[in-house]
Amino acid sequence: MNWTDFSDAVFNFSNYGELLPLFRDTLLAGAILGVVGGLIGTFVMMRDLAFAVHGIAELSFAGAAFALLIGADVIFGSLVGSILAALLLGVMGVRARERNSVIGVIMPFGLGLGILFLSLYEGRSANKFGLLTGQIVSVDSTQLSVLAGTALVVVVGLALIWRPLTFASIDPDIATARGVPVRTLSLAFMFLLGIAVALSIQVVGALLVLALLITPAAAALQVTVAPRRVVVLSVAFAMISTVGGIMLALGGSIPISPYVTTLSFVIYLLCRATGAVRRRRGWSQRPALAA
Amino acid sequence: MSEAAVITLKRATLAYGPRTLWEDLNLTVAPGEFLAVLGANGSGKTSFLKTLLGMTQLSSGTLMLDGAPARRGNRTVGYVPQQKNFAPDTPLRARDLVGLGVDGDKWGFRLRGRSYRARVDELLEQVGATSYGNIPVGMLSGGEQQRLRIAQAVAANPKILLCDEPLLSLDLNHQKEVSALVGRQAKDHGAAVVFVTHEINPILEHVDRVLYLAGGKFTLGTPQEVMRSEVLSELYGTRVEVLALDGRLVVVGGPDTVLDGHALDTLGSVTERELS
Repeated sequence: MNWTDFSDAVFNFSNYGELLPLFRDTLLAGAILGVVGGLIGTFVMMRDLAFAVHGIAELSFAGAAFALLIGADVIFGSLVGSILAALLLGVMGVRARERNSVIGVIMPFGLGLGILFLSLYEGRSANKFGLLTGQIVSVDSTQLSVLAGTALVVVVGLALIWRPLTFASIDPDIATARGVPVRTLSLAFMFLLGIAVALSIQVVGALLVLALLITPAAAALQVTVAPRRVVVLSVAFAMISTVGGIMLALGGSIPISPYVTTLSFVIYLLCRATGAVRRRRGWSQRPALAA
Repeated sequence: MSEAAVITLKRATLAYGPRTLWEDLNLTVAPGEFLAVLGANGSGKTSFLKTLLGMTQLSSGTLMLDGAPARRGNRTVGYVPQQKNFAPDTPLRARDLVGLGVDGDKWGFRLRGRSYRARVDELLEQVGATSYGNIPVGMLSGGEQQRLRIAQAVAANPKILLCDEPLLSLDLNHQKEVSALVGRQAKDHGAAVVFVTHEINPILEHVDRVLYLAGGKFTLGTPQEVMRSEVLSELYGTRVEVLALDGRLVVVGGPDTVLDGHALDTLGSVTERELS
């Protein structure tokens, strides 16, 4: 492959004006997923659950592959897989160490199951690959409304438990003393996380979910710790990655996920550099000390 | 005094299986009173606090807090835990940590942002933390973090303030400041303070009464009554010496006495910190 072939495959903006309206639903889907990923990502960071997200994604993949094999709805399959995995982790692993070993055990099992189901499946191979690396290209309006409805469940659910979940994530002991139902909240959060993972798999695939659920929030935390700003930035970064990634991918012939992951990685690098500069200048400049 | 008491324990006993931590404890704590709970590791100090927090149930006897049985999530109880550092990247500013005490246990979104901010400012001011209200908690010193914990604990104007070794791992200056802050909660705001510690000296000037736990027994009284060689010797069932050194009290010779985390040997040597 020479350079022209490469650039044609990666960036191709001919007939862009005609293409764009055709992908309105896809762009909307990307925006919705950006909101979900950015919101839930802030709690994933606060609760140190990055590895859990990866584990849930592999079981979600197994669920989706099974659904594909038996001819059921793939989104439904991946939802069942990831919610089961998330609740299992919520019940089994209370402490981070314990949780990580449980994840390490179930993750390869889930991935293995998924590969088994895929190799038994005799349909189009594009479907197979899409589960691992993303496939959002053709979202029809029914899928879009299902997606929007499920995303709404996550957003409303998070909004309802926002404050006590923050309390429980930062300081479980004191939160318990204050009567916050820490354990119930943890399970509720894992349930919502399971849904969010299953949705994200539709765009970036099981292997790259972290780009949507971790990177934006991690980038936001590099430049601010004020809770409201973290949320706004995290959602903005996730949306720029998904919507921007889809728009870049439209003309080319490769899947969306490399664009999404690259965008979110670049944003992270920029934030990291900003944060480093800020830390060097000292963001603990205090009036009391300066005086 | 007993009718005004906010903490009332009657014939209270706590035992885990065959092991009795304390039994037949009768105790009332009045508003504004500062009670220090002392004892060696494993003597049941922390269990005593857990009982007040409603996280551990008494084996027998009754416990009333402000006229109601102890239960979790009681808003009349504030809780200051052991100092435990936050990770440097904890996504929270000092004011947000204090804010968790104001409305962190409420569901849904915060609607009245202005009164929330005013209350947080007031609390920061109260513990002298205004200057670092917007700094990430992970970048603050242990003493600064403990001030915030106190602000967080008193946010709901509790009638009872429970402190679990809040001075641990703080240097002497910070120990003094944090103690004074807790003392002010008792004197100025009329909170009943229960202060669990293995080191009475930093809080000595604020303490009204001491509950000393050892080997399944206890002694209750003013510091002058309790912190005496013959009283503690009887409690421990062995020869124990209480020495006054330069306004500080040093307990030596207890079989399992622990001061500042260092077990004293039977010869009764004094830890370095005590002499310094």
